[in-house]
Amino acid sequence: MGKKALSAALLATAMLTVAGCSGGSGNADPNETAVAPVNPDSVSGDITVLTNRTDLVQDGTMKKYAAEFNKTYPDVKVEFEGITDYEGEVKIRMNTENYGDVLLIPSSVSKGDYPTFFAPLGSTGTMKDTYRFTDRTDVDGKVYGIATFGTANGFVYNKPLWKKAGIIDWPTTPEQFLDDLEKIRDETGATPYYTNFKDGWPLGDQWTNGVGSVSCDTQASDKLAAMDEPWGKATDLHMLDTLLHDIVDRELSEKDPTTTNWESSKTLLAKGEVGSMLLGNWSVSQMRAAAEKAGRNPDDIGFMPVPFQKNGQFCATLVSDYQQAVNIHSDNKGAARAWIDWFTEKSGYSAKEGVVSALLKEPLPKTLREYADNDVKLVERSERKTAEVNAIDDASEIGINAQDYRRKLVDIARGAQEGSLQDYFGELNKRWSEARRTAGS
Amino acid sequence: MTRTASTAAPPDPVTKDGPPPGRRPRHSAAPSGRSWRQQPLRRLTPWLFLVAPLTLLITFTYVPVGNMLFYSLTDWDGISPDRNFVGTENYTELLTRPEIFRVFGVSLYYLAASVVQIAVALYFATVLSFDLRFRNLFKGILFFPYLINGVAIGFVFLYFFQDGGTLDSVLSWFGVSTDHAWLGSPDSANTSLAGVSVWRFTGLNFVLFLGAIQSIPGELYEAAQLDGASRWKQFKHIIAPSIRPVLSLSVILAISGSLSVFEIPYIMTGGATGTSTFVIQTVKFAFQFNKTGLASACAVVLLAIILVITWIQRRLVPDEKVDLV
Repeated sequence: MGKKALSAALLATAMLTVAGCSGGSGNADPNETAVAPVNPDSVSGDITVLTNRTDLVQDGTMKKYAAEFNKTYPDVKVEFEGITDYEGEVKIRMNTENYGDVLLIPSSVSKGDYPTFFAPLGSTGTMKDTYRFTDRTDVDGKVYGIATFGTANGFVYNKPLWKKAGIIDWPTTPEQFLDDLEKIRDETGATPYYTNFKDGWPLGDQWTNGVGSVSCDTQASDKLAAMDEPWGKATDLHMLDTLLHDIVDRELSEKDPTTTNWESSKTLLAKGEVGSMLLGNWSVSQMRAAAEKAGRNPDDIGFMPVPFQKNGQFCATLVSDYQQAVNIHSDNKGAARAWIDWFTEKSGYSAKEGVVSALLKEPLPKTLREYADNDVKLVERSERKTAEVNAIDDASEIGINAQDYRRKLVDIARGAQEGSLQDYFGELNKRWSEARRTAGS
Repeated sequence: MTRTASTAAPPDPVTKDGPPPGRRPRHSAAPSGRSWRQQPLRRLTPWLFLVAPLTLLITFTYVPVGNMLFYSLTDWDGISPDRNFVGTENYTELLTRPEIFRVFGVSLYYLAASVVQIAVALYFATVLSFDLRFRNLFKGILFFPYLINGVAIGFVFLYFFQDGGTLDSVLSWFGVSTDHAWLGSPDSANTSLAGVSVWRFTGLNFVLFLGAIQSIPGELYEAAQLDGASRWKQFKHIIAPSIRPVLSLSVILAISGSLSVFEIPYIMTGGATGTSTFVIQTVKFAFQFNKTGLASACAVVLLAIILVITWIQRRLVPDEKVDLV
């Protein structure tokens, strides 16, 4: 290629680069609230719903919901797009205008950007009387997303196995919990706790959701934004992470954590080969299904709070899962909102999945009956400062809701990496406080 | 490679091309008016052929690279509509945080592995270039792993290294009962992962070497045999010099490959237990901590490092023409 041709190509590249950078500016009106129409027959159009539940899309469950929805809204056509790597893929798609009509708000979108991406759903003042978790998506008095469901924090466990080891009552202190796990190991030979280290996510937000369960404080998560030492003595993260460390350190978890498998862990727990896992009550129905498949009694699956008590009472946080929102560039905002409302109120999704509905008036699911019977206090965690907490978290590169830092903790506990727990906590505290200073604004 | 059947007599492009502009075609049967009209089209033809590949190349390689260079100068979080131009701040941050480059230590495992890989590939390529029974079957077996998707390989080897998995059961047939967690400690995990990488990429090196070796004219071996040269001497004096360009290419690929390892450790360990590589770390910056600007800067730095190393290598071992005769 001659010099001239080369420079022409470079120029073309540069121009395309600039064009690529400046694309994606929308002309959507940020003040237009997505309202469900009063008359269901008047709304028509096609809507695309993005979801992370690829399993429900594939087995046709979502289609059944759509058919049910069409009985009320006959002229709305609902399409589903199940996305396996939901966070990664949707984040990239949100650089265009084409990210479905209804979507789950990716956690990487910072709260301040909600008005540029999503249509407001109503004012916080009125919506908070109907829905749980509205503070999570509240920007300047407007709500931008409605939770698909909420989940309570705690351990799923295999009841007969714990009974076999001679344990009747829920442990009330971490020491007692560890002793109980030891009993399970020694009496039954089962693996008392399963970390799911390889898949990783069970070490991420499933543990961090416990922030607030220990201190029984609705503000526990918001307080992280103002803390210099989130792993300081007796903080929630300190207590939870020490518990995880001790479980692994005392060899109460699986032998080779690096090759674990989430799908098979469900069967292991159902069969009583694994004693417990820290997850949300969302997992109970999946474990029950696994028990049925393995020919065991689904009622063997129990759910208990983390082993900490405040004034003689157990606490468990109630936190929201993904929030459904309406794309601000959507042509059918009415239909999209109609879907969200129908899904939240009429679909029966949360009852079926055994999770907490976003509607305040709905009763708690059956999977939490044990909590109700044992007077466990549910703490609906405030998410008012989540945006700030996430900003500090990103700046510190710790990732309190991701798996990496707890994987390192597990590695330290089992001696695969050098260091001590206290030093590690010290390092985390230092990184957090430094990040607070840079991301504080 | 020199003096191969395919390169010995390359088609002469001049004879096929149109005559230089301004001169009339010598053997033109067409009337002169038509040939005058053909001229611009003839000059355009190569460009018409080039349009498709060039468009693809520019759209999918140079524009993204240009974008990445631009992002590396911003504080973009990868999603927000607004981004600020921060100049070289991302690069300053990179260079003032030595711990970011510590992960290159992991690349040493893969570099060591690629030495093994090249040696194994060279051995098999040499052996299979001679007349052997089931030659093609062995070729297929050696090349096969390279055809499998990297994600599938990750999953297969996850079962392979599992506690009580394939490796443990194979070892137990030989009476070796290890209770070793293969991915359990940084040393063991990195060695295991590097082993997977050897298994996967040996086939590629093997095929490159085999192609080079088979392009050596057969008469050379015959002549060598007549002179009483042993197989080792044939390798040393005929094969080794003639595959030098391919060998040096393999070394470049090995070095850049070990610096930018991604798929296998990302799928098998997710970078846990000290197996994180520079690219895994970059992906985490971009997609976990929303530091797209910093991640782009990381990618640019990696590109620069690989270019520099390649340049140094070409200076140390220049690609000289080999002439066997």
